[in-house]
Amino acid sequence: MTNTFSRRDFIKLIGAGAAGAGFPALLSGCATTPGSERPVGRVIVIGGGYGGATAAKYIRLWSERRVEVVLIERNTQFVSCPLSNLVLGGSRNIESLTLGYDKLRGYGVQVIRDEVTVISVEKRRVHLKSGQELPYDRVVVAPGIDFLYDQIPGLNSEDAQKRVLNAWKAGPQTVALRRQLEAMPDGGTYILSIPKAPFRCPPGPYERACQVAFYFKQAKAKSKVLVLDANPEIVSKKGLFLAAWKELYPGIVEYVPNQEAKDVEVKTLTVKTEFDSFKGDVLNVVPPQRAGNIAAQTKLITANDRWCGVNWQTMESVAVPGVHVLGDATLAAQAMPKSASMANNHAKIAASAIVALLTGKPLDHAPVISNTCYSYVSATEAVHVNAVYRYSGEKKTLLPVEGAGGVSAKRNEQEKTYADDWATNIWADSLG
Amino acid sequence: MKQVLAAALGVCISTTAAAQSSSPTVGRDLAAACAICHGTNGRSAGGLPNLAGQQKDYLVKQLRDFRDGTRPATIMNQIAKGYTEEQYELLAAYFAAQTAK
Repeated sequence: MTNTFSRRDFIKLIGAGAAGAGFPALLSGCATTPGSERPVGRVIVIGGGYGGATAAKYIRLWSERRVEVVLIERNTQFVSCPLSNLVLGGSRNIESLTLGYDKLRGYGVQVIRDEVTVISVEKRRVHLKSGQELPYDRVVVAPGIDFLYDQIPGLNSEDAQKRVLNAWKAGPQTVALRRQLEAMPDGGTYILSIPKAPFRCPPGPYERACQVAFYFKQAKAKSKVLVLDANPEIVSKKGLFLAAWKELYPGIVEYVPNQEAKDVEVKTLTVKTEFDSFKGDVLNVVPPQRAGNIAAQTKLITANDRWCGVNWQTMESVAVPGVHVLGDATLAAQAMPKSASMANNHAKIAASAIVALLTGKPLDHAPVISNTCYSYVSATEAVHVNAVYRYSGEKKTLLPVEGAGGVSAKRNEQEKTYADDWATNIWADSLG
Repeated sequence: MKQVLAAALGVCISTTAAAQSSSPTVGRDLAAACAICHGTNGRSAGGLPNLAGQQKDYLVKQLRDFRDGTRPATIMNQIAKGYTEEQYELLAAYFAAQTAK
């Protein structure tokens, strides 16, 4: 087995690190605490979501502030996708899912609000929209997803995208979709269109169907939730969601598998599939997805024009050395979901490897991580899915440990509390 | 012959185990996965149990009890089955060495 962190690479990096140290005045803020040692390298993290924010924090923690970390994020605040379906259901507001980046600054992370235009991997430099140019020893790319609108021609314009929302990145779209639901007359139909897997948050669409149904049941009981799934069956927690729909929302949720959205007619609010068309009063079309644009532009995408292959011991790209990719953008083996918990865990694999590399310590060759995803089926009950993954030297990927993991036996109120506590803790772990 | 092989294997396994345990980051990295529910370094940010500063033996016993089903749970019973006895020791040692809030 070859190790991507070769000795030659290491020596090259030390050289790059020394070059990087020649540009301290480029950045505002102070990366090191007074009296601490000289920085041993600079890492630039692109994207401040669950993956990127966690990586930034843990590189600072685990290097004992010896590695400089610059986090580039285009938004001023973080809005959590997990729990954002509760905004549609009405039991949470978006402010309660919104966090700032100030606490990361407390760890000495330099947070810059900007957008990356180019990563020049040869020169190990990141170019920003503002014109700044930052050298790095290692770069962490955590861009999340972008949407493949070209696969749904009717949605391939800004106007269409304002009218037919996806709300698959939490924020203004989440609030706007809630407003559309509030404005919908009783007796109307909300259509949720789900793309083929893999997509961000496998249980997310089915949880959303529950939350919209929960709202209808309270506020407009004659209304319907029509789920058009491109997949042949429910992708995650199938039995638990079917039970919730049948027992909590009888007559409200209708589920139709094998209905991939091929087009959308915005004027008539119609979703067109291979053989059918479905007219609704509120359309919520989640388009197919791929790794975020900066990953595509940096040629990190290695599979199906969509996802980035990585070395699972280090999260380093298999295509471009010196670049680590995290979270939803990665090409995950079967049974590894694109989730917040996974992105947070990916970040720790990367942080461990990067700190070991830059400080000349041995690598942890056999990462073990775990995923926990809760879904709220109403305002008071939740269900979970979980798995533990161990690195397999033979398969060169993380594989679920057999006999471990599973789903809830039944939806219950205790796990609603655990889900809230999971959010409190993962937010504090990633950004606090 | 069998005995020689067994002895040789024994040496192999114990060397590997010793090598793993001697790397200070292995326990830290394992424990980092728990932070999504139990907080950074096991210092809970709310709701779920604080692991930082708990007695090592106590933590190992809880993991075994979750695994064996003698302590009922919604999710820890499933998670505990994903780790080995050696990993229980590493996790528990790491959390025991952290200071509680």
